[in-house]
This record gives sequence, C-alpha cells and structure tokens, in this order.
Amino acid sequence: MNNLEFKNIKDWYLSGFDLFEKKLNGESKSFLHEIRKDALLTLSSLDFPANHNEEWKYTNVSPILKYNFIPAVNSILPKFSKKEIEKFLFSNFDCHLIVFINGIFSEELSEIGALPDGVIAGSLRNIVKENPQLVNNYLTRLSKIDNAFNALNTAYSFDGLAVIVPDGKVVDKPIQVLYLNSSGDELILSQPRNLIIAGKNSQVNIITNYCGFDQNLYFSNIVTELYADENAVISLCKVQDESHDAFHIEKLQASQKSNSLFNHYSIGFGGSIVRNDINTLLDGENTETHYYGLYLANGKQHVDNHTFIDHAKPNCMSNELYKGILDGNSHGVFNGKIIVRHDAQKTNAYQQNKTILLSKTAKIDTKPQLEIFANDVKCSHGATVGKLDESSEFYIRSRGVPQELAKSMLIRAFANDVIETIKIDQLREQLNHMIFEHLHRVEIHNQ
Amino acid sequence: MAKIEENVPSQVEETSDDMKMLDDLTNSEYKWGFITDIDSDTVAKGLNEKVVIFISQKKNEPEWMTEWRLKAFRYWQKMEEPKWANVKYPPIDFQNISYYSAPKQKPQLNSLEEVDPELLKTFEKLGIPLEEQKILSGVAVDAVFDSVSVATTFKEALKEKGIIFSSVSEAVKEHPDLVKKYLGSVVPYTDNYYAALNAAVFSDGSFVYIPKGVRCPMELSTYFRINSQETGQFERTLIIAEEGAYVSYLEGCTAPIRDNNQLHAAVVELVVLDNAQIKYSTVQNWYPGDKEGKGGIYNFVTKRGACRGKNSKISWTQVETGSSITWKYPGCILQGDNSVGEFYSVAVTNNYQQADTGTKMIHIGKNTRSTVVSKGISAGHGNNSYRGLIRVGKNAEGARNFTQCDSMLMGDKCGAHTFPYIEVENESAKVEHEATTSKIGEDQIFYLNQRGIATEDAVNMIVNGFCKEVFKELPMEFAVEAQKLLAISLEGSVG
Repeated sequence: MNNLEFKNIKDWYLSGFDLFEKKLNGESKSFLHEIRKDALLTLSSLDFPANHNEEWKYTNVSPILKYNFIPAVNSILPKFSKKEIEKFLFSNFDCHLIVFINGIFSEELSEIGALPDGVIAGSLRNIVKENPQLVNNYLTRLSKIDNAFNALNTAYSFDGLAVIVPDGKVVDKPIQVLYLNSSGDELILSQPRNLIIAGKNSQVNIITNYCGFDQNLYFSNIVTELYADENAVISLCKVQDESHDAFHIEKLQASQKSNSLFNHYSIGFGGSIVRNDINTLLDGENTETHYYGLYLANGKQHVDNHTFIDHAKPNCMSNELYKGILDGNSHGVFNGKIIVRHDAQKTNAYQQNKTILLSKTAKIDTKPQLEIFANDVKCSHGATVGKLDESSEFYIRSRGVPQELAKSMLIRAFANDVIETIKIDQLREQLNHMIFEHLHRVEIHNQ
Repeated sequence: MAKIEENVPSQVEETSDDMKMLDDLTNSEYKWGFITDIDSDTVAKGLNEKVVIFISQKKNEPEWMTEWRLKAFRYWQKMEEPKWANVKYPPIDFQNISYYSAPKQKPQLNSLEEVDPELLKTFEKLGIPLEEQKILSGVAVDAVFDSVSVATTFKEALKEKGIIFSSVSEAVKEHPDLVKKYLGSVVPYTDNYYAALNAAVFSDGSFVYIPKGVRCPMELSTYFRINSQETGQFERTLIIAEEGAYVSYLEGCTAPIRDNNQLHAAVVELVVLDNAQIKYSTVQNWYPGDKEGKGGIYNFVTKRGACRGKNSKISWTQVETGSSITWKYPGCILQGDNSVGEFYSVAVTNNYQQADTGTKMIHIGKNTRSTVVSKGISAGHGNNSYRGLIRVGKNAEGARNFTQCDSMLMGDKCGAHTFPYIEVENESAKVEHEATTSKIGEDQIFYLNQRGIATEDAVNMIVNGFCKEVFKELPMEFAVEAQKLLAISLEGSVG
C-alpha cells in the first residue's frame, strides 16, 4: 500500500483501526476499548505536530509521516530465540526480566522469576484481561492526550509493561525490561503502553531498554504512565538504543504524592529521530524528583529531549542534570521546563543542561525555561554549550597521552556526571562501553 | 482637552533623608502625571492608505518615502497580530487610534526664547529645563513633544564635528542618501507586525550620524513624552556610527496619566561600522496603569543594532519601570569579526504590569562576543518574563556568550519567567547561560532592620544592590534617576 491512497498519514492510521478491532476479538469488551475509541476520535481531530508549534519548533517530524507504519498487532510478530536476544541484555546482575517484541509481551523470552507477594510485573494486556480493577483508575488517567502521537498510541494501545507494587512492598531486584523491535516485510509501529504504580511505602527499580534487533526502519511510539503514592521510592532508568533508521517517541507522565522520591535516568544512543517528553507532576508535599539525562548523537541523528517538572505543592525539591554529546551532523534539542505553581512555596528547583559539540557540523538548540508563580522559592537553571576544553586536552597530552585517548578521557569525564548516579555497578560499566562504541572512539576502561 | 490637577509631591533631593523619602514613596501616585494644554493637530481615528499619505504629506516627505510607507502599510495589512508573548491584554482596535498628532504651532526656532512658554513649562515639570541641561550637563536634548521635534539644541556644536543630530523628518529632507541607505536596513518593514505598522505611520524620531573617526563629545539624549489623548506614538530612531566613531545615546521617557491604553510601537535601528561603537541607554518610565491595572502604556518596541564592521560594538542598557505592558527585545547582529554585543537590563513589574523582554544576540562573524545581564523584579500582580535568543551561526568561529538572568520576587501574586533560546551551530562556540529566581532575602531585610533601617528602605537598598551590575553601565545622570525610579515603582510592595 502506498501513501497515494490516503489523503494524509492520519487517514492511514485511522483506517487500520477496523482490522485492529477484529484482531482484538473478545478483548474489545474491556474498559480500555472505550478509551481506544475515544482516542481514535481525538486522533481524527488532531494534526501531527509541525514546526510552528512551539513545543516542536526544532524537531521536524515529517520524515516519520512519510511512511505507512503498521501497528504491530496488525502484523506478524517476528520470533527470536533466547540466544538471539542475549546480546541486548544488561547482564551480570540479578533481575526480573521482561521481554517485549515490537511492543507485545513475550512469555517465552521473559524470565520474571519470583516476585514479592502481591507485586505484579509483566504484560499490561494480561492485567486488563484478568484484573482490570487494578489499573482502570490509572490507565490513561495520568497522561492526557496532548498530541497526535500519544493519541495514536492510546488508540492502538494493546500491550506494554505493567508494574504494580502494593503498599509497603519492596522489590529488591531490579526489573529489567527489554523492548526489542524489528520490521519484517512490513514497516512496524511498535507502541508499548507502560503503566507503573507504586503504592504507599513501596520501592521498585526498573530498567527499560529499547533496542533495534537489526538496523532497519520502524517506529517506536511509547507512552509511559507512572504513579508514586506517598513515601514510594521509584527509580526508572531508560536506555534507548534503537536502530539507526528507527524513529523513537516517548511520552512519560509521572505523578507523585507526598514524600515520594522519583529518579529518572534517560540514556540515549540510537534512533534517527528521537523525541522524549518526560513530565512529572509533584502533587504532594515534600516530594523529590531527580532527572538525569545523557544523550549521544552521531551521523544524522536528531535527538530532542523535552522535560517538564510541575511543582504543584509546597516544600518540594527537583533536580535535573542533562548532558549531551553531539558528533557528526547530529542535531540536539533540549527543552527543560519548570513551573512553580502559585501554592508551591518553599520549592527548590535546579536544572542544568550541558552540551558538548565534537564536530563542526553538529548543532544544538537548548531552551531551559522557568515559570514561577510563587515567591518563596529557590530556582536556578544553567545551560552551557562548548567543545572539549583545549587546555585540558593539552594538559593530558603533555603527560604523554595520545590525542584520541585524551579526548576520550574528557568525554568519559563529561558523561560520568550522569553515569555515576546510576546505582547498579554492572549497568554503569556496560553503559560506559556503549558510549565509546557509539561515538566510535577509543575506549577508557576503569582502573 | 481635559486638564488633570497636578499632584506632584515634592521631589526628594537627598536619598539619605529616609523619612522624607518614605513619605514620598507612599504618597506618590504617578509623579509625572499631568497634561499640557496645547492644541494638537490630530488626524481622525483610523488607519488606511489615505492616513499614511496624509502623514507623509504633512511632513513634506519626498515621494520615495511615501512609497516606502505605503509598501509597509500594504504588507502590514497582510500580517497577523503576534500572540506568542507571555502577556495578556484586550485586543487592540487599530482603527480606534489616531495616527498623527503634532503641536499646532510648529516652531522653527534658533533659541529657547522663541519656544512656546507652555512647552517650556512642561519640560520643567519633567525635570529637564532645557537651558539648564544645555549649560550644566552638556547634554544636547532633542525633545520630542508628542510626535514632532520642537527644539533641537547643541546642533551647532555638533555640526562643527560633522555630527548630524536631527529629527528623522529633517534628515529625510537634508540627508536623503543616508536615510535611503540605512532606514529599514536593520529592521525592515517585513520584520514584524509592529515594525511594519511603525514603518507605515511613524511620526518622527531621532536621526544621528557620526562621521568617520569622530567621538561624539557629549551624550545625546531625547526625551519622549506622549501627550495627546489616545494618540499612538510611533517613533523611529536611526543611529549610524561610521568607522571608528563613538556615540552614547540616552533615551528616557515619561507620560501623563490617562485611562485609555496607549499603544507605543517604536523602532530603533543602529548601524555600526569598523571599530565603531554605540552605547544606547534607555530609562523607560511611562505610565504603568493604576493599582488595579487600569490604563497604562503598551510598549511594543523593535530595537536592533547591526555590528556591520570589524571590532564594532553595541551596548544596550535599559531600565524598564513603566508601561503596563513592555514587550521588546533589543538585539545585536554581530556580523563583523570580533564585534561585541552587550545587553544590560533591569525590568520592574509592580501592580498589574507585565513585561516580556530580553535580547537577541545573533553571532555571524568570527570571534564575536556577547554579554547579557538581565535583572527582573516582580511585585504585586506583576509578571516578568525574560525571553532571549543566542544564536551562533555555522561560521561564527570562536563565538562567546555569557548570559545571566536573575529574578527577584516580592509578594505571592507575582510571577517570574525565563525563556532563553540557545541555538548553536558551531563547535568552537562557548555559550553559557545561568538563571536564578528567588525571593527577596528575609535575612537581609532583618539585618538591615536591626540596624534601624525601615523595611521599605531596606528593600530599596537590596533591590539597588541586586541591580547594581546594570546601573553601573548607565551614564551618571541616568543612574541616579534609575535608582529613584526603582524606588517609586516598588513603593508599597513589601510590608
């Protein structure tokens, strides 16, 4: 099928819904289906964002709209063996492993193992089928549709990660989630819909890893919702290493109740056009939020990180550190928004964005943004753009270190501010390796 | 024309006299609110090609100027009003504005004695007695009374050096080549909605030309004053500094109290050639509206300077305390290699004032440098936004920028916002941006209180310290005035 049959790409996606509905069979009776239909209606009334939209000023999504992607449910799922997926996993530490292929849960490949009593980790689809009462108050309630991409995700929402930690439960081992994507004969639209709910006084640590099986073209369009109840501690570490040609768009919407702590890490390597929206609502007193981000881009990659921290209640703290390393012809975009609402007195909010340009042709557009409506606050943001410091490089070289290695040392040091905040040693090491692999540079090892 | 009773509290002479000052602060409404009773030659409300032609004819402009205005007007008609600024105001009815107003007598005078005594009184009330200024401070004053230049002083002294300091309408007649070459070259009428409107209907403004190698011996200054009711003021300023020239230009303004909002859409263009420098300072104190936010001036200004030559420099300094809405981004196009752009700003919003201001630094040439220091103070229901753009082009090797924007908040109903845009396309560029927002320090106030300093004075002191980095860039006379203005603007905002 080609584009000519459809006036625009939106009609293409709207037209696929009938087939999707058929594939759902009995599952179309769930509460979720009403939401899907609403979202489809919303989608039909929305246009995909264009550059004149301030939120998408620096990111041109038209290449994504050139292709007729087919929602993974409407297509054939590729089969992978455990051996084949091994190289995509972060290894050498104990974890609960959950695997999604093109956004759809794979029971054979997952090794969830024993979870504490009452804790659920696995497929959202299964929960909607079996225990809808657990999720219907949260699913699509946290993240409101605000553009055509997340409308598309909601309309075709089918499966994704579900983690539900009841009050007082602590999940000791991290949950590792692998999202492996690959297009076969058809161009695949992979649309995981993730939901993470942490009850009062609970703790959970999740690593999500978005990968391309081979370097082909597909589109990952993700929505993640996260809810942290009082005193909950959640850590979510997202690693994005999609294929060179892939498109990756994720919207994360988190909501935190009082005294909760949310750490979000975003480490980005792959994708040709990448857009992350990471939004957190601090909806209770004394909450704490940390964002750590590191994005690398090379070749013609376009990487756009939009973060939004919404201080709605008093006495909260947020801290954000985003670093970018841009090489080749890549284009980086950072937009960090912090809003301190009228009542949110005694807010502390900090934000930093630092970017290094490694080549003459790399480009960065950064926009830190503060909007403050309360008076008793301490807020600051900083942004810097530059290249590797020449005098530092000279210093290292004067100690007999070759130029390329000296550069790598500086890159490593730059990235380390973010990487060192990750608590799992093995994960840290493997990420360090990926940094150099991705930039095609001499690697620095520990010691 | 309605005549409003003067209610001018005695001016504070010495800042050390705290009690007196406090008294003054709490009593002062808008200090410079009065209307001069002079007949104005005002065109009927509305805007169409006829009005544009009328303005042009009224000013005896040559045909090419009329053509240019008409082109701008036609372009303006096709444009949409911009809405992106972080300010709120009722829609402006552009047909409900009178686009031309000139004092009926247009004196062509050589000495002050010939000036209408009413006018002279106005200037005295403004605190700028021409003779005194002329003799004591050595400042040449081109007083723009409403829209037409009335008296230009020191012209002769400047003429000796070859400096041209006149109104734009005079320059159009006397130096058409210069005007043709530079007018609209930095801010073309296609630039934005209000620049197009200005190009179509601009009434008058200042024209400055500093010839090659000349250092202007005095600070040039224009006092603007909006006078006729409901007359939009569309000023146009053009300053050209030839190779190796230097000029410092001051712009300051006050306006009388009135109920209807007034639109002010000025355009300022600066052109700097090799090794030349322009320093442009503004103290803006137009009527900000009353305590409920009623009335006040809309100040939608396009200011831009082009550093065309090597080693050229433009420095903008602004103190924005007035206007109900301030919406402006004085910018620098750093085209010449090694050129320098600077922007120092203090913006105060009290009561229901809104400000969306900042700067644009466009780095094009090699080794270009820019510094941005912006201080925003919000009190009452005021909303203060910093919006800035730092763009480093592909060929701007070694470009360097440092930006600092700090906001201070007083009271729990105000807002402070920052929207900095940084776009870098050259790896050798170094760009730094930092911003902070915080409340006025309670511990600092307490410290001063226990030294026997009243809270209001303590606040003034702290705020003045907060703004010092910017004030020190202002010429002497302005710095004093700016400090007083700040105190008056923030009167009653704490405690």
